[in-house]
Amino acid sequence: MMRLHGFRGGVHPPGQKHLSAERPIESLPLPPRLYIPLQQHAGAPALPVVTAGQRVAKGELIAREHGVTSAPLHAPSSGTVAAIGDFTAPHASGLPLPAIILDTDGEERWIESKPLPDPFSLSPEEVACQVGAAGIVGMGGANFPAAVKLSKARQAGVHTLVVNGAECEPYVTCDDRLMRERAEAIIDGTAIMLHALQAPRALIAIEDNKPEAIQIMRDACRQDARIEVLSLASRYPAGSAKQLIQSLSGLETPSGGRGTDTGLLVHNVGTVYSAHRALRYGQPLISRIVTVSGGAVAEPRNLEVPLGALVADLLNYCGGIAREDCARLLMGGPMMGQPLPGIEVPVIKGTNGILALTAAEAGEAHPSSPCIRCGRCVEVCPMGLLPLEMSKRAHHEDWLGVQSLGLSDCMSCGSCAYACPSHIPLPQYFAFARGKLAEQRREERKSTHIRALMEQRQARFERQARAKAEAAAKRKAAKKSRAVMVEEDDE
Amino acid sequence: MKVNPLAGAPHAHDGDSVSRLMGRVLLALLPATVYGAVLFGWPALNLLVITVLVCLGCEAGCLWLAGRSVRQGIMDGSALLTGVLLALSLPPWAPWWIGAIGGGFAIVAGKQVFGGTGQNIFNPAMLARVMLLVSFPVEMTTWLEPHPWLSGSAPSFLEGLQVTFGHFTFTDGMTGATILGHARTELVMNHPLSQALPGHYQPGFAAIGWTGGSLGETSAVLILLGGLWLLWQRAITWEIPAAMLSTVLVLASVFHWVNPERFADPVLHLLSGSLMLGAFFIATDPVTSPVARIGQVVFGIGCGALVYIIRTWGGYPEGVAFAAVLMNAAAPLIDHYFRPRAYGRTWRGQPRPVPERAKKRAAVSRDSGSGPA
Repeated sequence: MMRLHGFRGGVHPPGQKHLSAERPIESLPLPPRLYIPLQQHAGAPALPVVTAGQRVAKGELIAREHGVTSAPLHAPSSGTVAAIGDFTAPHASGLPLPAIILDTDGEERWIESKPLPDPFSLSPEEVACQVGAAGIVGMGGANFPAAVKLSKARQAGVHTLVVNGAECEPYVTCDDRLMRERAEAIIDGTAIMLHALQAPRALIAIEDNKPEAIQIMRDACRQDARIEVLSLASRYPAGSAKQLIQSLSGLETPSGGRGTDTGLLVHNVGTVYSAHRALRYGQPLISRIVTVSGGAVAEPRNLEVPLGALVADLLNYCGGIAREDCARLLMGGPMMGQPLPGIEVPVIKGTNGILALTAAEAGEAHPSSPCIRCGRCVEVCPMGLLPLEMSKRAHHEDWLGVQSLGLSDCMSCGSCAYACPSHIPLPQYFAFARGKLAEQRREERKSTHIRALMEQRQARFERQARAKAEAAAKRKAAKKSRAVMVEEDDE
Repeated sequence: MKVNPLAGAPHAHDGDSVSRLMGRVLLALLPATVYGAVLFGWPALNLLVITVLVCLGCEAGCLWLAGRSVRQGIMDGSALLTGVLLALSLPPWAPWWIGAIGGGFAIVAGKQVFGGTGQNIFNPAMLARVMLLVSFPVEMTTWLEPHPWLSGSAPSFLEGLQVTFGHFTFTDGMTGATILGHARTELVMNHPLSQALPGHYQPGFAAIGWTGGSLGETSAVLILLGGLWLLWQRAITWEIPAAMLSTVLVLASVFHWVNPERFADPVLHLLSGSLMLGAFFIATDPVTSPVARIGQVVFGIGCGALVYIIRTWGGYPEGVAFAAVLMNAAAPLIDHYFRPRAYGRTWRGQPRPVPERAKKRAAVSRDSGSGPA
């Protein structure tokens, strides 16, 4: 057994996994309409390659990647493209974002595929390339394209692949169920990723509140000596990539650097599973497991959902929500999840949970009171920051002060606000400061750009004036020489 | 549906609050408070009630003047706690106006002028105690031998009112010096401690608190129990009490070993005066102490050292209030210099590179690995 190093801080929110942990994965009945946002990943939105009215097969490419850190999109089911237009994004703002709207035909007709080669006969670059072509992004919620991570990590000489099955967010059980029910597929995906990385070792990290998953995964990887399953002490945020790297290796990702600087690369179990599906069956990322849970949900469940299905479809399948009790409707877990503007928003690649929480669960009863400097936020901050000082500076609109205290290191895990006896919404202060700093940077960029344009304009004027003067001088000289010639002729 | 779409993450809370925190501290003080009231009878209880009521009244008045929520301010329990802590540190039969002036000063000048809860630089109760000690030295150093409830020497309720509100003259048998005060007086007269202490100081009685002293500070054991319960409840952290007590212990041991006739033994130091109360209930005041663990150790050491220095060489027999107030003033500076090291950064705040050793280890494991299939 490997010695674990642990990490600083953290909190112990009640797991609430029992609500859905024993519910096997069920397939959501195919909704008549799917709404597939073009922006489901870090980087630029994908570019549609279909037009309204076009018939598409399941798994067919419908939008291609645009830029380096982008990912393509595929049809989650067969049907007809109804429109390409704006649809409410799964974000608190409720702003519309461009999406492909697909009317499903219920046939589930797959795109014709060529016979697949053995993934281990491919070169590492080809494996990474196929992972990218399948539209696979980090499915733990980071949404970063997996292929980019794989290629960069191989170049950086990563020696250990960490498969993240920690699932430290309360309520969410989709990774737990995936590991329990599809362990072989995850192990195969791990082997494929090891091949893509040319790395000798993989660690599968699972929090000890999932003993069944740990046992099943241990049994499944017995054949492969390169893969080891580790049980982590349950403490939020054990599943954060930085904290996971620290727990496993004792190393810290340098501030502003990459996780791969430590020689470890972290991928979520869902991502690894998707890589298996893509490389073994040629199936792109068109569905995912979503936990529907919370005290206001009639029957919490784990569902396999085609991307683009509406949250309303999921909730209806789970017996609906008790509308009077529901205080928060979230995408993701309670610690870092985004509040949803309504139930008419689509599931995207990074959606691991849909939660409808009651007021008691969300801890909403208390208004915030003045900070008493108790230092709990400092104690629980896994990044070793001073959240109370940062929020104080944000409160006084000292944005640079917040930055100097390490705002860029904060990963918004929410541990500080969870533990704050004064109920101060610290991460909201930090989010606001981030917005203000981004605004300042934009303004600065704008003014430097304007200054550059002004200088160019000035230079152009000078050039023109010089050219004019030269031309005038030339004309004058020509005139003079002509006059001389005339005089000579006259003589 | 009353869904709040603008509430930010996290959508969960551990359920603790400022009022619960203050409540736990008050609960931890209860044994020492009850013991003090029993030991010194009705006048002590009167003083406690007056001090607390004045604190609450001043808090409410200031909040009302500032246009803030009086209910929320009172309900957080901090003014109540200030009142109790101040009363516990007063001579038990002090007149009503000592409690009233002290309580008013603690809340108005010690807390509300800075902006209320969380904004004060000094611990309000200790600031008031220092003010009273400097302004009213006679009343603040009239110590009383124990007159426990239901014993023959205990004052009745009416006599108690007379002590608190009337003009009461202490007779010689009633009052006496505290252990620290007695030791100091004797030392000034060049009497060695081996002659001065016997008959006046017995460690057992000092631990239980069967001795003269402040209203709620005499029983070191009860205060220690309350403090340990607070630690177990995670209402306070161990750094400040541990650093403060061990600093006094170490200093007292060293000096006592050098000259036992001049310097009192460490047990006497730990069991007497306000040290226990100071270590567990005063110096741990979150508002006026550093936030980072490492800063708290520095703060605790500073408090302990100042207590010992003032007790041994200062102008007053007891120094906990002065030490606390002085270190309170230093807390922002300690906070500035002693911060936790951020993840991925050096102590100086620069990005922390991955050590070369780790990279080499990585290279070795890469070579020795079984290699891809």
